[in-house]
Amino acid sequence: MNTPPASARETTEGPVYTVTGGDWDEVVQAATKADDERIVVNMGPQHPSTHGVLRLILEIDGETVTEARCGIGYLHTGIEKNTEFRNWTQGTTFVTRMDYLTPFFNETAYCLGVEKLLGIEEQIPDRASIIRVMLMELNRISSHLVCIATGGMELGATTIMIYGFRDRELILDAFELITGLRMNHAFIRPGGLAQDLPPGAMDQLRELVKTMKKNLPEYDKLATGNPIFKARMQDVGYLDLTGCVALGATGPVLRSAGLPHDVRKSDPYCGYDTYDFDVPTADTCDSYGRFLIRLEEMRQSLRIVEQCLDRLREPGPVMVADKKIAWPAQLALGPDGLGNSLDHIKKIMGTSMEALIHHFKLVTEGFRVPPGQAYVTVESPRGELGVHVVSDGGTRPYRVHFRDPSFTNLQAMAAMCEGGQVADVIVAVASIDPVMGGVDR
Amino acid sequence: MSDVNEPNPDKDLGAQNLPGQRGDHGEEIRVQRGMFGARNGGDTTGYGGLVRSVRLPGPATRPYGGWFDEVADELEGALEEQDLLPENAIEKTVVDRGELTFHIAREHLLRVAKTLRDDPALRFELCTGVSGVHYPEDAGRELHAVYHLRSLTHGRLIRLEVSAPDSDRHVPSLVSVYPTNDWHERETYDFFGLVFDGHPALTRIMMPDDWQGFPQRKDYPLGGIPVEYKGAQIPAPDQRRSYS
Amino acid sequence: MGLEEKLPSGFLLTTVEQAAGWVRKSSVFPATFGLACCAIEMMTTGAGRYDLARFGMEVFRGSPRQADLMIVAGRVSQKMAPVLRQVYDQMPNPKWVISMGVCASSGGMFNNYAIVQGVDHIVPVDIYLPGCPPRPEMLIDAILKLHHKIQNSKLGVNQEEAAREAEEAALKALPTIEMKGLLR
Repeated sequence: MNTPPASARETTEGPVYTVTGGDWDEVVQAATKADDERIVVNMGPQHPSTHGVLRLILEIDGETVTEARCGIGYLHTGIEKNTEFRNWTQGTTFVTRMDYLTPFFNETAYCLGVEKLLGIEEQIPDRASIIRVMLMELNRISSHLVCIATGGMELGATTIMIYGFRDRELILDAFELITGLRMNHAFIRPGGLAQDLPPGAMDQLRELVKTMKKNLPEYDKLATGNPIFKARMQDVGYLDLTGCVALGATGPVLRSAGLPHDVRKSDPYCGYDTYDFDVPTADTCDSYGRFLIRLEEMRQSLRIVEQCLDRLREPGPVMVADKKIAWPAQLALGPDGLGNSLDHIKKIMGTSMEALIHHFKLVTEGFRVPPGQAYVTVESPRGELGVHVVSDGGTRPYRVHFRDPSFTNLQAMAAMCEGGQVADVIVAVASIDPVMGGVDR
Repeated sequence: MSDVNEPNPDKDLGAQNLPGQRGDHGEEIRVQRGMFGARNGGDTTGYGGLVRSVRLPGPATRPYGGWFDEVADELEGALEEQDLLPENAIEKTVVDRGELTFHIAREHLLRVAKTLRDDPALRFELCTGVSGVHYPEDAGRELHAVYHLRSLTHGRLIRLEVSAPDSDRHVPSLVSVYPTNDWHERETYDFFGLVFDGHPALTRIMMPDDWQGFPQRKDYPLGGIPVEYKGAQIPAPDQRRSYS
Repeated sequence: MGLEEKLPSGFLLTTVEQAAGWVRKSSVFPATFGLACCAIEMMTTGAGRYDLARFGMEVFRGSPRQADLMIVAGRVSQKMAPVLRQVYDQMPNPKWVISMGVCASSGGMFNNYAIVQGVDHIVPVDIYLPGCPPRPEMLIDAILKLHHKIQNSKLGVNQEEAAREAEEAALKALPTIEMKGLLR
């Protein structure tokens, strides 16, 4: 081959090589002839190991990363702006698609914010809060499973990926039974829930807890003591407590540095203070510590789910009593899917004109929320998920801003990767577990 | 935070969930006329004469209740120690829905944030980023930057709010105090055009580098296209009839 | 792309078409092009319960140069659009595109400044798969339909003829706005 593998171009900072193909060894050989050059490797945004459409720009010296930067925004969806053109209830449908691995956390955070603006936090029925907690904790397990599964896959451990998705399916089955959807549920609504648990859900959930208790130790057996796994993960992606707090990292990243900060404990919501669970920490500050924390958190989540199931024996309402806010529907399964029950339609169409008007107003127009702003945080599997909602007294949000933990934690990527090996970048990013839907929104 | 006793005069009215009619209290940010958002031509809805003033919660008076007074006292004391009159730095203090908000004059933001982070009695170590809000009709204070600070030591959460006029969209950067604000400030710049002075590399983060305009400002359209159905077309979401 | 494209039309080409279609449909290599929520369902489809290996497709190629199917799984932002087109251009012919989910197919609920309103603005799409996100069964159904399409695709002169016919039909087709009747 006569054509040079890389074309060089002189800039003020030295020659820049544009590589479009060819033999990598030749490229490197050509590049090493000059001794003061730097190689910038662009990974992504479409790359099998960057955890979604994340773009990594690495400046490398041999195998050592001397500088690492992220390019994000490749999945920017404008969800925050879109919510400003829909009513408050429809907002859940949008926010659930932000961090698509943790839909229930997005919904709960948003709904808690709206409820705070409405001033109805105290009126949310207990049963609604318990089901919210249960769904969130199941969601935490499924999210951590995907984190461990895809993280393993990026390391080249496909077995753990198959295991992770196997168990996630079991949880999605439960979600599907309860909400009708596998993902993007929009089940948690301002004021409560879309509907109560369907018949048979309790039995299936108990069965699920039993199966998960049997399956979770398999990850321990498969990975925790695995020497290759440990060699790849230990002391990789190091970030100590000072770094975590300065960079705003929360969740497993912060807890791997030894600080047991968990919003569920420090600023409880949905009655988390009445549940019995531990916040696991590690003192290794590395990827392996984060992996162990995620494993332990799944076990703690199962504990919470069990407590929820015990409390759910008592029936009760799942929506606030205030008919000016509560969605005016009794859902039932019809021949064309889930919809308003025929009884309810018969009632509003046949006997009560006021009910019909009320139904129409609330569905087309929505309820009004007094002006002001509120900030609520929940502990998502990735850290502190904050929602800043602003109302101007109308039927639509004035501004909804999500402080997504993936977005904030991903800033720590540079601090974790610089000075390490190229292969360790993948491990570090996987241990942060960014979900680009949450990062870019 | 239910132990905080509410000094806010708007609280009892808020409980009724009425369309934002909160008396004369609070701060007017906009006057809304009519309903259904008719903009072009005459308003034939019959609601054209409807006038509603949109008011955000106004400044609260002492005592704020709970630990709010302690934080406010400590902050004012610490600012005085630095020869900065608190009333110059803190434009107003709002207590609403169990949340404490300090409105800070933008030229003093950096010093206030540093004090909040370093003073042992305050210790707001964790900044959870910045959120921009655009109030196009609030003359002279169109753009707001809202920061939420969390104290891990004391388990507290407060809000700082800074405003800038649209004609001079500059706010000091907090990256030197809270490095986590690096990306958050880039995001707010990207969406609202707020320039954070002193930021190490204030570039677009979400939108492509050559994007025109700041998409989450209220004067930027949603940018949707009309949706086509069989034999019908409905306008883009921001062009549809609205009830607010 | 090889010798089979140069064959004369008639009996011989028809037989080769059948054979080539059968071979091609049995070893479709998808590129990993996960974008958003749908990407998770795409991964689920590849994993244990739904098991794309039954159709010889479990290997998602990391490099577009080794792939012949792009499953656009998720919303395509304005910033991602040029990247997507470049990945598509890097894939060797013959290649197919499944637009997975409503966001990729039409922009879906994200009718706004940031999202490309349908990936068919950028690349030609063979199968539109609705759903938000589509279930793994739906993705498998789309893949089987694509297999059927690949099996019956034409070669050489026949393909040119088919492409011309398809274009004429598309030009004559009634625009959606002029259609009448129910939404189905």
